[in-house]
Amino acid sequence: MRSEAKPVGILRFLGTNCDADVVSACDTLKIPNKYIWWADHFNFEEYSAFILPGGFSYGDYLRAGALAARSPAMDDVRRGAIAGYPILGICNGFQILCESELLPGVLTKNVSQNFQDEWVDLEGVTETTKKYRLPIAHSMGRFYATEEKIESLFEQNQVWLKYSKNPNGSLKDIAGITNEMGNVRALMPHPERAMHDWMGSRDGRNLFEEWLSGK
Amino acid sequence: MGKVMKFRIQVMPRIEALDPQGRAVQGALERLGFSVKDCRIGKSILVEVNETDKAKGKKLAEEMAQKLLANPLIETFEVESV
Repeated sequence: MRSEAKPVGILRFLGTNCDADVVSACDTLKIPNKYIWWADHFNFEEYSAFILPGGFSYGDYLRAGALAARSPAMDDVRRGAIAGYPILGICNGFQILCESELLPGVLTKNVSQNFQDEWVDLEGVTETTKKYRLPIAHSMGRFYATEEKIESLFEQNQVWLKYSKNPNGSLKDIAGITNEMGNVRALMPHPERAMHDWMGSRDGRNLFEEWLSGK
Repeated sequence: MGKVMKFRIQVMPRIEALDPQGRAVQGALERLGFSVKDCRIGKSILVEVNETDKAKGKKLAEEMAQKLLANPLIETFEVESV
């Protein structure tokens, strides 16, 4: 019998809708995974990492991610974040992490005012050789923070990904950021929707694998 | 028995934060022939609390705004008793 690896915890809030896609992405990469229900407290040490999938938690009521950020499971995600566990937010997961103040800034309405569902090209900011083609699907994807904050994000190497061509008015083309420690990171595009050639791209695999290997 | 008090929390986008909704509505108003200098859209949240002391009640409503109802990065809020 092989030893049981700790699973990646996949958070489910009311209105999360990319949870099954994230499970499928983990299964494709043979990463053990387990759902975590928003209303439950859990022991973060029983997991290897956490993913906050996309969706419309609480129907984006009040502000995108605002209500999910204040749910019981997020208390334990916060404990895991402080303990240095890897945490990845995708789309609504990004919004939730900002609303939890585990990441700086906030995601605001696209300048177009529209829900945008399209393919985008991304490039690494600190690691400029990294390029990904992934889909976005959001109406609240415009990253916003004060000018000083954005400057410090670049200085501290906390800007992870930027759009090659800005789709939503995001400040400085920012598509993904990390916290100061580097263990909490999030992006607006959906790597779980780019896992196979038939999906249009398999760049999501690289992104997940790099994330899990800490690269 | 506590008395119910009502407070209105008015949340508005900060001037420096882009308000695409306000901008779109301004455009529509202008197309209707109105001359509009600026248009911003916020939200109004009405809460009822069990409190007899007005100052305490207002403080509670302010706490709600700080903890949840407004995001200080992009929004400001005002609390009024109604």
